[in-house]
Formats: sequence, structure tokens, C-alpha cells
Amino acid sequence: MAERWTMHPQRPVGIIGYGSYVPMYRLPNTEISRIWGSGDEGGPIKEKAVAGLDEDTITISIEAARNALSRAGIDPEDIRAVWVGSESHPYAVKPSSTVVAEAIGTSPFHLAADLEFACKAGTEALQAAIGLVGAGMAEYAMAIGADTAQGRPGDALEYTAACGGTAFIVGPAEEALAILRGSLSFVSDTPDFWRRAYQHYPSHGGRFTGEPAYFHHIQSAADALMGEMGLEAKDFTYAIFHQPNVKFPQRVGKRLGFTKEQLEPGLISNIIGNTYAGAAITGFSATLDIAKPGDRILMVSFGSGAGSDASVWEVTEALEERRHKAPLVADYIARRVEIDYGLYVRYRSKILVK
Amino acid sequence: MEGKVAHDWRLRGQRYRLEGEECPHCKAKIFPPRDICPECKRPAKEPYRLSGRGEVYTFSTLNSAPEGFENYTPYTVALVKLEEGPMITAQLTDVAPEDVRIGMPVEMVTRKLRAQGDEGTIIYGYKFRPTGLGHAH
Ligand SMILES: [Zn+2]
Repeated sequence: MAERWTMHPQRPVGIIGYGSYVPMYRLPNTEISRIWGSGDEGGPIKEKAVAGLDEDTITISIEAARNALSRAGIDPEDIRAVWVGSESHPYAVKPSSTVVAEAIGTSPFHLAADLEFACKAGTEALQAAIGLVGAGMAEYAMAIGADTAQGRPGDALEYTAACGGTAFIVGPAEEALAILRGSLSFVSDTPDFWRRAYQHYPSHGGRFTGEPAYFHHIQSAADALMGEMGLEAKDFTYAIFHQPNVKFPQRVGKRLGFTKEQLEPGLISNIIGNTYAGAAITGFSATLDIAKPGDRILMVSFGSGAGSDASVWEVTEALEERRHKAPLVADYIARRVEIDYGLYVRYRSKILVK
Repeated sequence: MEGKVAHDWRLRGQRYRLEGEECPHCKAKIFPPRDICPECKRPAKEPYRLSGRGEVYTFSTLNSAPEGFENYTPYTVALVKLEEGPMITAQLTDVAPEDVRIGMPVEMVTRKLRAQGDEGTIIYGYKFRPTGLGHAH
């Protein structure tokens, strides 16, 4: 099939460093159902990651960015863009990206901005970094997706809304640990989930969130990219889909022809929850943690509102020498302190019950 | 308020990334930066970024806190001896007060220090946590 929707940079680019961060506190779903449900029957996932009192999207981004920098091994002053995608930027006006940039020690000569597109803000930042480096305007650009997601107390979202994030440094393909082979984006005006200005918690369109939103956008993006690139599910070693729960990514993977084994390393929502802008990319990060040279990986994000970014990556030899220069996603998952609902309320400052 | 914001802004190099100084004469590492070497008393203005690795020298757990820190009690403040030499006072994080001990290896992380109410700025800076996930370099 001729390529019409697939995008390619003018020069080949890839990921030269990646890094994640997941806070140490875990709130089990049984603890939420104990308070809001009919008993301790649990919920859609086992447990979710919760940020401590002194953590937010900026601090999560900083630690992920430092890990990405450790793996990339470059001088932070050579980074020409720092883009942070999130729906929980600590300030309404004042960028998260400049704080992150100063904390990792960039020079002041770089682009910086915060991006918003619900859960796909992180992959949007990644697409922008690919464009900047791919056009030759920069050698290196950093893209981050991170969130400290909140659900209204008692709402279905509260079972899964979690905290975490991942950072990538995009650079020339010759230096990459994973080379970009193609990407595309698919968006439409779909009101499945929103939060109006000055509102603390989001609203969602109930059952409208499934087929017309999540499934339609992910399948359309994945089908178009794979079709135009002449690839089938069996041509990939691994695939990662946005993971608001466990069922959705499993179902969309199956529909697209992927096996459970292809999804397994990157499907971590059962044990950390839905980290929103951090979700698909932290699954990608966990997959890079175990991938081998030559592996081909598909990542498809989803953000409400709605849209999906799909990208195809090929792992290089460089991954194995850089992998252990920063903690693995599994290391953060293993650092686990269980909390009860009372402590959760304090950590997430949940006093606005409406 | 405005003076406080300016004061916090000037400190961001040391607060965000442990930027100190190195003495050009005796090579001592200096933190916080003070432009005069505490070892040889000569001028020292060369910026130097500390690794963030160190160990707990002494510590104390606070059950009541000054304004702006009330949410964090109980918390532990430690005197950390950095591997380059300087001593630094900082809050410990991601650790229960009863698990802190003298000599414990720690590493720097950047966290929220405090927020000036719901309308003021959020102050970020260094804290230390038990070593083990280190990206500190
Ligand atoms: Zn000196």
C-alpha cells in the first residue's frame, strides 16, 4: 500500500536514552472498594501507584529525565527542546518544562513547552521531538509524559488513576538504541472525557469511552500504520497500547492480531494503574528494559478528546550497553509501600468531594 | 512576597541540581556556594555540580513543623556528608523515620519543598532518600 498518512523524518532518528519513574506508594483496589464499593471485591486492577506528598508531575518528570540522560550519556547542554506532556501540570500558568530543564542542567538555549492532550500528551511530545531532530534543527530533544492522575472520590476512575512518567531523548539514528521506522497520528473531536477550567476532577461520558473513543482511535491508527508499512502483527516482537485498565489493551491487541506474549512486557497497568500521559510510554520503557537487538516494537497511545499516536521502532545493539545505566521500570515497581485509603486521602489532598 | 520569590529564584541552581563551587587553589568542593573557600580562605567561584551521593551523618525526626511544612510531619531532617566532602542539611524522603540510621547511604532527589499557599509559587529542591535506585552521577 502506498504511504499517505505515515510520517517519516527527513533524516533517520531514534531514541538514544529513555527513563521512567514510578512513585513507591501503592493503593490496592480492594482498599477503594472497601470504602466506596459494596465490600472488598476489588476493581479493574490489582493496585495503583500513588505519589508522595512531596511529588508531582514536575518531580516525576525530573527523575525520569535524569534516568534518560544517564542512558543517553550526552551533555544536557546539547538538548534543544524539553517538552512535557501531562494533564496534571502543577501550575495552570507557568511551564513544568523549564523547571525540569533547569533540574537536569540544560543550557538556557532550548525550546520548552508543556503539552496537553489527555493521555496522549506524552506521545505528542515524542512526535514533536522526532520532527525537530528529524528536520535537522536539533541533535537532541527531550520528550516527557507524566501524570499524577486524580479521580473524583468514589468515581470509577479512582480505581485506576495513578502517578508515574517516562522521558525520552530523541537523537540521530546512528546513536539510537531504538530507531524510528514510521509513525502516524489519528484524531477526532470525541467527547469521551474532559475537565473544564477550575474543576478539580474530570468528567467522562460513561460507556462512550469504549468503542467510539479508545478502540476506534487505537485501531484506526494501528491499522493505517501497519497497513501502509506492509507489516502484520506477527512481524512485531512486542506491542504496547494505552492502558487505562487491563481489559482494554488486551482486547484491542487481540483485535489487531497480537498475542498475549507480545503484550506482556509492556502491560503494567495491573500493578501501577493508569499513569495517563505516562501510560503507553512507561509500558514502552518496560518493554525496552527486556528487548533485544533486532526486535520490532509497536506503540499506540490514546488520549481522550480524542486521538492516538502510533509508532514503529527497531531495537539496536546500543540498548544492551545502556539499559543498566538507570533503574528499570521493574526496579521501581518492586519498591512498594502499601497504603490505606486514609493515607491516600492525605497524600492526594482529597478533600474536595462533590 | 516578591522579595521571597526573587530569593528562591536565585537559589535554583543549588536547590535543583546541587550546584556548588570548586576551589581553584586547593580543589575543595564547596556547598552551598559562598565564593570563598572554607578550607584555604581564598576566592572560589568556579561552579561545580555535586554528585548527590552521600551518607547520613546525624538526623532528627520532627513531629511539629514550621509554617509551610505542616503537611509533612513526622519527617526526618539529616545532616548528610556528601562524598565530595561538604555537609548539607536536608529533609529525607521515601523513608519512614524509624528506618533512618547513621551511616545510611543516601542520594539526592528533587522534590517539592513547600508551596506558598494555594496562590503562591511551589518551591522545588533537593531532598535525600536511601540509595538504591540511583541515577546520581
Ligand atoms: Zn581552597
